[in-house]
Amino acid sequence: MTYLGEGYTLRSWLSTHDHKRIALLFAISITAFFFIGGAAAAFMRLELATPAGDLVSDDTYNRLFTAHGVIMVWLFLIPSIPNVLGNFLVPMMIGARDLAFPRLNLASWYVYMAGGILVLGALISGGVDTGWTFYTPFSTMFSDSHVVLTLAGVFVLGVSSIMSGLNFIVTVHTLRAPGMTWFRLPLFVWAIYATSIILVLATPVLGMTLTLVAIERVLGVGIFDPALGGDPLLFQHLFWFYSHPAVYIMLLPAMGVASEIIPCFARKRIFSYRFMAYAIIAIAALGFLVWGHHMFVSGQSAYASIVFSLLSFLVAIPSAVKVFNWTATLYKGRITLSAPMLYAWGFVGLFTIGGITGLYLASLALDVHLTDTYFVIAHFHYIMVGGSVMAYLGGIHFWWPKATGRLYPEMWARVSAVLVFVGFNLTFFPQYLLGYQGMPRRYHAYPAEFTLLNVFSSCGAAVLAIGYLLPLVYLTWSLLRGAAAGDNPWRATGLEWQTPSPPPKHNFEDTPVVEAGPYEYEGART
Amino acid sequence: MDAVFQWLTPGVSDAAHRTDVLFFSLLAITAAVAAAIFAVVVVFAIRYRASSTVDRSAPPAQNLPLELAWLAALLVSFLSFFAWAAYDYRDLYRAPADAMPVYVVAKQWMWKLQHANGRREIDELHVPVGQAVRVVMTSQDAIHSFYVPALRLKQDVVPGRYTSIWFRATRAGEYHLLCAEYCGTQHAAMRGRIVVMEPAAFARWLEAGPHEPGLAQRGFELFRQYGCSGCHSTRSAVHAPELAGLFGRTVHLADGRSLVADEAYLRDSILLPKKDVVAGFEPIMPSFAGQIGEEDIQAIVHYIRSTRRE
Repeated sequence: MTYLGEGYTLRSWLSTHDHKRIALLFAISITAFFFIGGAAAAFMRLELATPAGDLVSDDTYNRLFTAHGVIMVWLFLIPSIPNVLGNFLVPMMIGARDLAFPRLNLASWYVYMAGGILVLGALISGGVDTGWTFYTPFSTMFSDSHVVLTLAGVFVLGVSSIMSGLNFIVTVHTLRAPGMTWFRLPLFVWAIYATSIILVLATPVLGMTLTLVAIERVLGVGIFDPALGGDPLLFQHLFWFYSHPAVYIMLLPAMGVASEIIPCFARKRIFSYRFMAYAIIAIAALGFLVWGHHMFVSGQSAYASIVFSLLSFLVAIPSAVKVFNWTATLYKGRITLSAPMLYAWGFVGLFTIGGITGLYLASLALDVHLTDTYFVIAHFHYIMVGGSVMAYLGGIHFWWPKATGRLYPEMWARVSAVLVFVGFNLTFFPQYLLGYQGMPRRYHAYPAEFTLLNVFSSCGAAVLAIGYLLPLVYLTWSLLRGAAAGDNPWRATGLEWQTPSPPPKHNFEDTPVVEAGPYEYEGART
Repeated sequence: MDAVFQWLTPGVSDAAHRTDVLFFSLLAITAAVAAAIFAVVVVFAIRYRASSTVDRSAPPAQNLPLELAWLAALLVSFLSFFAWAAYDYRDLYRAPADAMPVYVVAKQWMWKLQHANGRREIDELHVPVGQAVRVVMTSQDAIHSFYVPALRLKQDVVPGRYTSIWFRATRAGEYHLLCAEYCGTQHAAMRGRIVVMEPAAFARWLEAGPHEPGLAQRGFELFRQYGCSGCHSTRSAVHAPELAGLFGRTVHLADGRSLVADEAYLRDSILLPKKDVVAGFEPIMPSFAGQIGEEDIQAIVHYIRSTRRE
């Protein structure tokens, strides 16, 4: 019997300890939040189709971009790949029956939902207008929106992050099957492991920082507001100490997904496995040392800025190594451009552009001009939306037959991958140009000479929206009518494919014994 | 300015041109590398498509020399651009000694500016072509950011401290002054303009308009009004540091540190007098925090700046 047949009642789902079912609970929840956050973005792009602030009021616009940021960062991007694909796959990829702490895993979903409800509550009761960055002293003294309720929601979401991160770390350390050495781990597991370390080390700092904001706002204790003897830059240091590594929480799992898909559809071992694993660790470690590059014009010491700039250039090197190795994996491969492969290369392409423009922002004199403009918006959307969301969708397609036992319609999936890629570039490439022209972010109305590029961007957003809605339709259809997939339709080599699809409750009838690395495709053997 | 599109906001200072050169150099190199990577991906995807019968013997699992060469190339080019950008950045904070001071107080949602001769402006800054201008800024409420795209220049304006930046505009005209740090409801409306004028026209502009006493003169009056002169004058019986000619000098502090007396130091000494106590003096000065507005502090600072040691 498959894990899906273990119970059909709502109760059997809401009280499940099965990592695969919990993964599906997360999948449904984050999908809902993705479309709520996306709706906020749609209103913003509509407003920005004309230079005047004529569709919504300035206060409404400020609440829209705050809702978009808070929802997309904490309710979608951070939990997306780790809590959906990671939950489903990590135990199976290492030959385990479940995560180390199944009940903690379920609790993590409930805590996540509690945080989501708090954030939605803030939204419904009038919203919050601080931006997802909560900069002080605006957030503590000048905003009259629902700041504390939102902070509480994000705080609770952070608790869920820590619970899941801890679970993955213990699982990878203790539940690997016999013969599953560290250097036989699939790169996806390496990526989730490194991400979990960041989650556990960085998220508590976010929790403390948000608590301090609430204390200053509610009790008037001077921490960040200079009028009370506080220091506003202290907030920025603490916030980015979490929020820069958080970018890698969103990115590393995406890299892990691409590293599974590309060898499978190139029928070849991933090029330079060890460099790929080391690069993941290097990114996770160096990612903790670059937060000050968000503050080059904040008034922080120029010497600090110079050190942060240097480290920011260095953190790009392991990413470039990964792009090099994904490309080299294609050499002498046997390549099929099926939908997951298109998504994976869409990820690599957009991530490469996003990563390269990160170098522009790491360059001190350039950052003075570009920071807080649309150049930054374009840069981080290329990485976090272009990159991570494409990889997430690639992963959803790649493991869809595994989780459901059914195939999705291949043609529609390829159309969607191309639409997302094209729509994304139409939306966000003009924003690089807008940024260099000098259009600041978080502008509800803007000078007339920025109009044309904004119109392009808004049109692109419409294409992108269709690209994102399409999978929702055909994947739902596939769930009901899709052709049976068989156990391993991609002839993939990972342990997760060595069980029936959908897998039984405990994944493996007998604990597998691992005797080779994760990517022993035909090309690796000839 | 009515066009709906422009290719490039014209840069109107030497620093802006240097920023453009850096940007387009980085663009040329990174675009070439990205294009090369994408070309290789496309070529591989076609050449090694599943249906082709191309030679696939002995596929490499890795290639250490190639990997290290890629690493080395990255390291060298990254360090070069880092150094270049850091060099230009350093210049943005080193104003020439003859820079004309302008004092800025930002508040929700307007820019208030004062010239040395007492002329005040709101949401506009008039400056002469070819003259170095040093903007000394603080905020009365949230953080704002002083951003002039045509100068490729941006600096956050932070409550509770002074930040400063300098520029030398090279072409007369009107350019956007924008707030780049989100500051609440009307953030997007916190826009003004920089008017760069020929020196003669600027001189006429400076003398016209509402006539007020010079900023130093007003600062001197405030200096007496708040009782500063009671201690900080040569005739005073109180042992307090002499302020005439202090600006720009190195000050040795009681705790062994030393610093250069700039606007930020003078402001701190008025509001947080115990922070930097001068060597050889007792920490007896009372704080004026909460009793004196930012614009008045700027006037007093400018007065102290304008004094000469007798």
